[in-house]
Amino acid sequence: MSFWRGLRGLVCALVGIYLLAPLLVVLVISFSAGSFLRFPPPGLSLQWYHNLLADPAWLDSLAVSLQVLLPTGLIATALGTAAALALVRGKIRSAPFLAAFLLSPLVVPGVITAAGLFLMFRLLGLNGTLAGLVIGHVVLTVPYVVATVGAALRVMDPALERAAAGLGAPPWIAFRRITLPLLAPALASSLLFAMVLSFDELMVALFNGSATLRTVPVQMWSNLRGDFDPSIAAIAALCFLVALLALVAEAWLRRRA
Amino acid sequence: MRGRRLGPWLLLAPALLALFFAFALPVGMLLSRAFTEPGSFSTLWQTPVYLQVLGNTLLISAVATPVALLLGFPVAHAMAHGGARLRRLMLFLVLLPFWTSLLVRSFATIILLQRRGPVNALLLNLGLAEAPLPLLHNLTGLMLGAIQLLLPFVILPLYAVMRRIDPGFMRAALSLGASPAQAFWRVYLPLCLPGVTTGGALVFISMLGYFVTPALLGGPRQTMVAQLIQEQVAQFGQWGLAGALSLLLLVAVFLILGIAWRAASSRSVTP
Repeated sequence: MSFWRGLRGLVCALVGIYLLAPLLVVLVISFSAGSFLRFPPPGLSLQWYHNLLADPAWLDSLAVSLQVLLPTGLIATALGTAAALALVRGKIRSAPFLAAFLLSPLVVPGVITAAGLFLMFRLLGLNGTLAGLVIGHVVLTVPYVVATVGAALRVMDPALERAAAGLGAPPWIAFRRITLPLLAPALASSLLFAMVLSFDELMVALFNGSATLRTVPVQMWSNLRGDFDPSIAAIAALCFLVALLALVAEAWLRRRA
Repeated sequence: MRGRRLGPWLLLAPALLALFFAFALPVGMLLSRAFTEPGSFSTLWQTPVYLQVLGNTLLISAVATPVALLLGFPVAHAMAHGGARLRRLMLFLVLLPFWTSLLVRSFATIILLQRRGPVNALLLNLGLAEAPLPLLHNLTGLMLGAIQLLLPFVILPLYAVMRRIDPGFMRAALSLGASPAQAFWRVYLPLCLPGVTTGGALVFISMLGYFVTPALLGGPRQTMVAQLIQEQVAQFGQWGLAGALSLLLLVAVFLILGIAWRAASSRSVTP
């Protein structure tokens, strides 16, 4: 029995290192004083961060990413929350089927969605526009909102809403005063996750963006494919820190829920 | 009364319309190209390279799935039945990659696995290799990169299932004279199966559609179908072929989902 316990501990340790090591390496190497991306770095400096801030290509891509992720997060959270409310509370007979449809972008490979959108946007003139990127990202993030808010609604006691209604609150007041505050952590966590997903998304950004409309992942992609600019270590480290902050914020929200 | 029946549909309409017009319809348009452009499927069947890529994709996914399950199982077990501190630590380590960009993690893997990277340095120092091993742009690189991305997809469903397994079942089996191995194989593992099917299906499906990882960490011989679709569209404008490949990929995805669904519903052991 203790042999299996030891093996379990060993696998846990190895998997933990396997999951964490790459991210730590990126963090360390972004401060490298060397001119190659070698680990361990020969010395420490902020040169890659300076390069990053001096390079308009990276700054432009960051601006594009922010312009996409903010509307994406808000629209996806609004659409997904409304849909989750209807699916969980609406007593619709076809709810399981509709839920499966709303979740289906999760299982369809991103390249297929992006290529399809490219065909459609060609007819509508939406390729290479911010609106096109936002539409694509909303489609990819709505399923996560539906799942997160739906799960929160399912564990919420419907008696609270019924009590409000029984005490004479009109449906809208009951929703605003009872349901919405109870849902707030799930909404915030959906918004956060939708924005992080949009910030990380590559396929739609690659297919439906353009040479002048590049998000951070597209810029990273072309860097990793072609001329290897070590500034990528700095942007990667920043992305990792954003992810870390988002994860901690989400855990905090969940504890409040 | 009529308003109450209409209300849920009004709430659903925006999301349904958005997903219909910006997801179902575009995907349908892409797939229909396989039939509207003549000879799409015959080109596919007659080009050995394409068939090889399809075969590769299935094979790579079929290899990655059991490996991810074997690595993820003990971790999920420790999270479900170990101490609270270990659970919190492992949950954090599993969720962190979920929130970190795919490109960042692929970039990190490149740094780690490169010829003079830390992994090769470690292998040389431990005497496990005499010269730096080629770990990138081949099957090793692809698998090491992909399984790292896939582990959360097995660990989280397994953990969710294991957490609900009543430890009394194992104690009962042991007190009735089962050996620990028998109790594990005959009692514990069958109770875990819903998590194994869900996790396995998620890994298989994700791997089938991977694009970034094979492109950055695999070699030309590990080209996967998502890369082929992208190439057909972006470089050659071969929409018929892209549609045919997408259709085959989707059929594979829904086949796996169907199998997992049937396995999960036929064996509902939850009390």
